[in-house]
Amino acid sequence: MWSRVGKRIAISIPVLVGVVLAIFVMLRIVPGDPVTTMLGEHVNPAVIEKISREMGLDQPVTVQFFQYVFHALQGDFGTSYRLNRNVTGIILDAFPNTVKLSLLAAVVAWVIGIVAGIVAAVRQNRLLDRLFMGCALMGVSMPVFMTALVLQYVFAFKLKWFPVSGFDSVKAMILPAIALGWNSAGSIARMTRSNLVEVMQNDYIRTARAKGLREHGVIVGHALKNAMLPVVTMMVLQISSMLSGAVLTESVFGVPGIGRLAVNAIETRDMPLLQGTVVFTTILIIAGNLAADLLYNVLDPRIREGA
Amino acid sequence: MRESIVLDIKDLKSHFFTAKGVAPAVDGVSIQVPAGKIIGVVGESGCGKSMTAMSVMGLLRYPGRVVGGTITLDGRDITHLSAKELSKVRGNEISMIFQEPMTSLNPVYPVGKQVREAILLHQKVSKAEAKERVVEIFRAVGIPEPEKRYYNYPHQLSGGLRQRVMIGMAMVCRPKVMIADEPTTALDVTIEAQILRLMKKLCEEQGTSIILITHNMGVVAEVCDYVYVMYAGKVMEQAETFELFDHTSHPYTRGLLNSIPRLDEKARRLHTIEGVVPNLLHLPEGCSFCTRCSEAKKRCFVERPDLYQVGEEHKVRCFQYEGEA
Repeated sequence: MWSRVGKRIAISIPVLVGVVLAIFVMLRIVPGDPVTTMLGEHVNPAVIEKISREMGLDQPVTVQFFQYVFHALQGDFGTSYRLNRNVTGIILDAFPNTVKLSLLAAVVAWVIGIVAGIVAAVRQNRLLDRLFMGCALMGVSMPVFMTALVLQYVFAFKLKWFPVSGFDSVKAMILPAIALGWNSAGSIARMTRSNLVEVMQNDYIRTARAKGLREHGVIVGHALKNAMLPVVTMMVLQISSMLSGAVLTESVFGVPGIGRLAVNAIETRDMPLLQGTVVFTTILIIAGNLAADLLYNVLDPRIREGA
Repeated sequence: MRESIVLDIKDLKSHFFTAKGVAPAVDGVSIQVPAGKIIGVVGESGCGKSMTAMSVMGLLRYPGRVVGGTITLDGRDITHLSAKELSKVRGNEISMIFQEPMTSLNPVYPVGKQVREAILLHQKVSKAEAKERVVEIFRAVGIPEPEKRYYNYPHQLSGGLRQRVMIGMAMVCRPKVMIADEPTTALDVTIEAQILRLMKKLCEEQGTSIILITHNMGVVAEVCDYVYVMYAGKVMEQAETFELFDHTSHPYTRGLLNSIPRLDEKARRLHTIEGVVPNLLHLPEGCSFCTRCSEAKKRCFVERPDLYQVGEEHKVRCFQYEGEA
């Protein structure tokens, strides 16, 4: 078990290095000099050169890269051009908001997704099944930003039930959480339903019935654990994708989280901040995948053995 | 065979309501199971023997449904029980083991726990007591190191051991009747004999009656007291085992017996019954076997034969024996 954990972490390191390298190179390939963007077009070239030197931008890219990695390993992701603050500090300030939003969205997605999936499977091909699966299909098909905009327009702007933007009260968190969670709720509901329907065809379900279990006992006691194995993995994986999916939701609802930081950083060509948010999100996604993998190990005795 | 009847199936009819029409999978089957005896139900695939068992257990699923007849267990009609009442009977007074030992156990729970569940469902005992009972029954069904095996998952056991677990699960509440649906078909021949012997032993010790569903006439000869031969949802012939082998009457039964390869005969080719089991949606107008019967007369194609008494405990569904007894 623990050697497996170690192996998985070791595999993650090259992934992380690759992502850092990719974002680093990409930001330096795109046309436009960050200093010019920062100061404007008509500034004395001497000033630009001086500032470039101060920021280390005159060095070769390889040198810049290794300097960046060296500092990053010590927790220093540089200083934001725009905000003139330590990137690590900015991210850590914004992180709680993103976590709150993602967790809320995850709870929305899990509770609604699983319950809807089970109900749909039990009432297969009946009205509730059709209704839930319709909603789920909508959730899966609609891009997050569109869901967010529609929810915002209908429930905040027209009906005025919720504030249009911000993230300072529980009420303000509801719409962003639903917008971000709906997509996941849809895929969880669909997967739960199809897995449960499939598992219910198994021979061991017949055995459970023959044993004298009532139908709800069969579903809860024997079908659910088998059906939920892949769903649990997906659910954990989705936390990390929510953290990144938060980018759009945060922008629409003006939530001061990491996603909005990233968008701002792109707009203002704030390279250190953008690099910082990307690296940070990458670490979260890798951690999420690792957690999903390990959880599957714990839950499924067949995989536990083979480890 | 005048012993007390534990399970009395009378004129059972189970139909499948499909988009293409109604398929009479079980069409007026009557089977009597005396206490402590082993009853064989024989027939080709698709003859309705498994569906009869599933109907008795109340395990038929949509689009199948019991549409007629009565099932009486120990003097009590269980045909129309509610789901709640039926669940008290299933696994307790009547239990079932299946053809597929490899997939009949839940892969995510230890096997001991799955057997223990059957006890906890039907009897008021503590979990510790139930566990002891499981270890006991594991020992009785010949599982080595039962205390250790209790915590094993199904994938850690061989097919033979899994079928022993299933038998243990079916026997642990000391049911009156156990239905075994081709319990040895998926197992090695060497294991088959062991499992059959085990079932016979448990049946004698606990006084449980067994309905043994099989397509193997050899198995029938070895363990069964009484045999029902089924074809296309109907009983074609029924008799005590010796009587059936000595005075085989129905052309179908003769065909089945001839199909067993023999060592003392030099035959180039194996005997078969020509043709296949008819589609239940398009049964012949007359006797359901007429299309494959070598002795079929004109009458067989237009009229349906009844079960005719040919001996004290011997009935045959064939016009040849009409008015004989």
